[in-house]
Amino acid sequence: MSAGQSRRVLPGFPLALGYTLVYLALIVLIPLGAVFLKSATLSWEQFWTVISAPRVLASYRVSFGVSLLAAAINAVFGLIFAWVLVRYSFPGKRIVDALVDLPFALPTAVAGIALTAIYAGNGWLGQWLEPLGLKVAFTPLGILVALTFIGLPFVVRTVQPVLEDLDTELEEAAASLGADRWQTFQRVLLPVLLPALLTGFALAFARAVGEYGSVIFIAGNVPMVSEITPLLIITKLEQYDYVGATAIAVVMLVVSFVLLFLINGLQLWANRSRART
Amino acid sequence: MGAAVATPWTARARRFEENVATREPAWVKGVLITIALAFFGLFLLLPLMTVFAEAFRKGWQVYFAALVEPDALSAIALTLLVAAIAVPLNLVFGVAAAWAIAKFDFRGKQLLTTLIDLPFSVSPVIAGLMFVLLFGMQGWFGPWLMAHDVKIIFAVPGLVLATIFVTFPFVARELIPLMEAQGREEEEAAIVLGASGWQTFWRVTLPNVKWGLLYGVILCNARAMGEFGAVSVVSGHIRGRTNTLPLQVEILYNEYNFAAAFAVASLLALLALLTLVIKSLVEWRGRQPLNAGEESQGVPA
Amino acid sequence: MSIRVQNIIKQFGSFVALDDVTLDFPTGKLVGLLGPSGCGKTTLLRIIAGLESADRGQVFLDGADASNAHVRERQVGFVFQHYALFRHMTVFDNVAFGLRVKPRGQRPAESVIHSRVRELLDLVQLSALARRYPTQLSGGQRQRIALARALAVEPRVLLLDEPFGALDAKVRKELRRWLRKLHDVLHITSIFVTHDQEEALEVSDRVVLMNHGRVEQVGAPQEVYEQPASPFVYSFLGAVNLFHGRIQDHHLHVSEGRLPVGHNGFQPGAEALGFVRPHELDIETDPAATAGIAARVERVLAFGPTLTNGQRVRLKPARIRLFAPESQPAGSLIGMDGDGI
Repeated sequence: MSAGQSRRVLPGFPLALGYTLVYLALIVLIPLGAVFLKSATLSWEQFWTVISAPRVLASYRVSFGVSLLAAAINAVFGLIFAWVLVRYSFPGKRIVDALVDLPFALPTAVAGIALTAIYAGNGWLGQWLEPLGLKVAFTPLGILVALTFIGLPFVVRTVQPVLEDLDTELEEAAASLGADRWQTFQRVLLPVLLPALLTGFALAFARAVGEYGSVIFIAGNVPMVSEITPLLIITKLEQYDYVGATAIAVVMLVVSFVLLFLINGLQLWANRSRART
Repeated sequence: MGAAVATPWTARARRFEENVATREPAWVKGVLITIALAFFGLFLLLPLMTVFAEAFRKGWQVYFAALVEPDALSAIALTLLVAAIAVPLNLVFGVAAAWAIAKFDFRGKQLLTTLIDLPFSVSPVIAGLMFVLLFGMQGWFGPWLMAHDVKIIFAVPGLVLATIFVTFPFVARELIPLMEAQGREEEEAAIVLGASGWQTFWRVTLPNVKWGLLYGVILCNARAMGEFGAVSVVSGHIRGRTNTLPLQVEILYNEYNFAAAFAVASLLALLALLTLVIKSLVEWRGRQPLNAGEESQGVPA
Repeated sequence: MSIRVQNIIKQFGSFVALDDVTLDFPTGKLVGLLGPSGCGKTTLLRIIAGLESADRGQVFLDGADASNAHVRERQVGFVFQHYALFRHMTVFDNVAFGLRVKPRGQRPAESVIHSRVRELLDLVQLSALARRYPTQLSGGQRQRIALARALAVEPRVLLLDEPFGALDAKVRKELRRWLRKLHDVLHITSIFVTHDQEEALEVSDRVVLMNHGRVEQVGAPQEVYEQPASPFVYSFLGAVNLFHGRIQDHHLHVSEGRLPVGHNGFQPGAEALGFVRPHELDIETDPAATAGIAARVERVLAFGPTLTNGQRVRLKPARIRLFAPESQPAGSLIGMDGDGI
């Protein structure tokens, strides 16, 4: 801190920053540190054995694979959704727009049992889908439905403001140069929207990977088939295998931090390209 | 101007719809709206309606009986208690963090902002696990806590801690960009005019961010009351003692008591709807003064 | 109240914003701090206000060292570049703010506050807008409310940061005349920061010219315009033509022509820069008959802020601005001469 800053005009900086740091340390940093410390009681080989057990590997495949697919679905439909909300007027639009945030606001357990009721063999949609050979509930497909639900707002809410800020001049210029709508979208709009779209995709993916509540009801939780990694952590905890649970948690945390880092970078990129347009 | 005030929403879409360069053929528009609404119906509306339909499937009496049952009532009380502790704590933290980050320059600011967002990227299950590792019977403080007869895990303090963790960033994250965008000039002006630090905060800073603050608190509260994964790990599922509403839903559901599970779930769904209504109101209010300004920019001096 | 800043040094990282600045601002005068952006003028203003603290040096208010006084204790009025009006308060509440936040013992009764605010709104001629919000005002109106708000606490000095910077050309001209008149009524020691030379010369009693964190010249507007103390001041104030050449026989030799030099004391043969104001150049229609510089009129610009009975011409080889008494068509050959530059 240089001498010039030592006397600040606005008051309260030491108090505010001090409080922030202490609270952050107590609630977030120390508990997270505990996870890493606990995993350090394992030797590298023990650690590796735990995190690469066949059942654990299968859970990664389910968690990351389905999350990726759900995020991709959300990227496509979220973009269409945001486009429709910004560009078109239709009756009931305000309600539709407000309800986009439902997955943020609705407790995950509630979402989980509701989706299960819909897609179970005797459910509203399940009873029509199962005769067609499409089992949704209690299969990986059910996980996909749940993760698509909880990831939906991320893409819409990151793309929507960018679309709203977009000047019509850009498209007018493209049109005056002879581009048709599809060309304009592909070559002019999509590049502008891409940073926000990727940010939304990454956010939806990160959220889906860690999701627990909405998934466990509909997943069926069959080991090696439809068991997600967070559930495996809980299973280990219930068997008092704290070290095993912690080792898997460390893997997930590392992935989360990498994702967070990536998302930060994407957001920086998004903000910068937004400032440019 | 009158039309703009009444329907700023449709007016904004019109801007695109009436411009030859920014509108699509009617059939494209129709297809896109249909896709969006189908997606909306399938993934948002249908689950929401299912909650209420299932809740009332066996009639009003069963519904209300499920809600006034002692375990349900204690779950409601516990949920309110946990939120009443966690939300104010995160509110104070959010304001302090936003004040430090938005109004001052210091080294490591970017890192601090990232760290505040950290809980969002941690799986709720891991959030619960952390506190078990610290305060559980085999945890670091476990023996000490046991010796002093303090229970944190499988008790209310554990629920509160886990809830604070998962709702940690909400208020701060809402306030920081808002306060950064507003700059420091108004606060400096207040100080130059003789206002004290608190006067500046209460009379200038807070009124400027009150809608954003309210928004953050509402989201924080919704998550605090609805959190499932993290509290599930630390709760121990002791009926009538450490069961919050979402955990009560799970227990009832696993007992195949679907009507009661959905009845309790409908309370949480109502809370979610209320949250969305307030959020829409806040967004609408928050936009008002800005709109007023834009419309009367042209007033001559 | 007089203001004195002494040996002020301020750095932001490795950037030197103020480099040993010493200045006196006399009581009751309106002083313009003029310079290009990044010259340190706003930093100096904020240091005087106490919004920023200097790395070294002192600020004296009324002879007393105020370097360590908090901005609250300095009793300065500050008008921010973007006005910093409290957007959630009405115009009235904005102006009343400074009175209402006074400690309980010094706080005037609400009725006194009311009449004082009314008075100030009358002074800035905006009484009719008392119940509006800042966003409902035009830029010029906001500016005047910001001024009224600053005056409400009866400051000992008034500091204005680019007061007209955010306004369009027409409004800023009106407003600066109005500010000048207001100052003639109030006689409060005032400093305003600007990068607009016309504004500084028109409004100020004294002008301080700054560049790269240093003071280049201080003086009355006419003085700094007519007797610039440095090449920077010369080129920053008013239109000027620049001739690179060599001194010989009291003349500046530029390519084939030459211009007479008024000053003595140049080493013969020295390289020199000649600064010539447009009105200081005489135009000869017959280039052969003049000892000055021959040139060709390339383009005629039939407009200009101070153009009355002359015209601006762009000449080859250099772009030179001058006022020709008679119209010279483009393409014609002319000569330029002066009587001592």
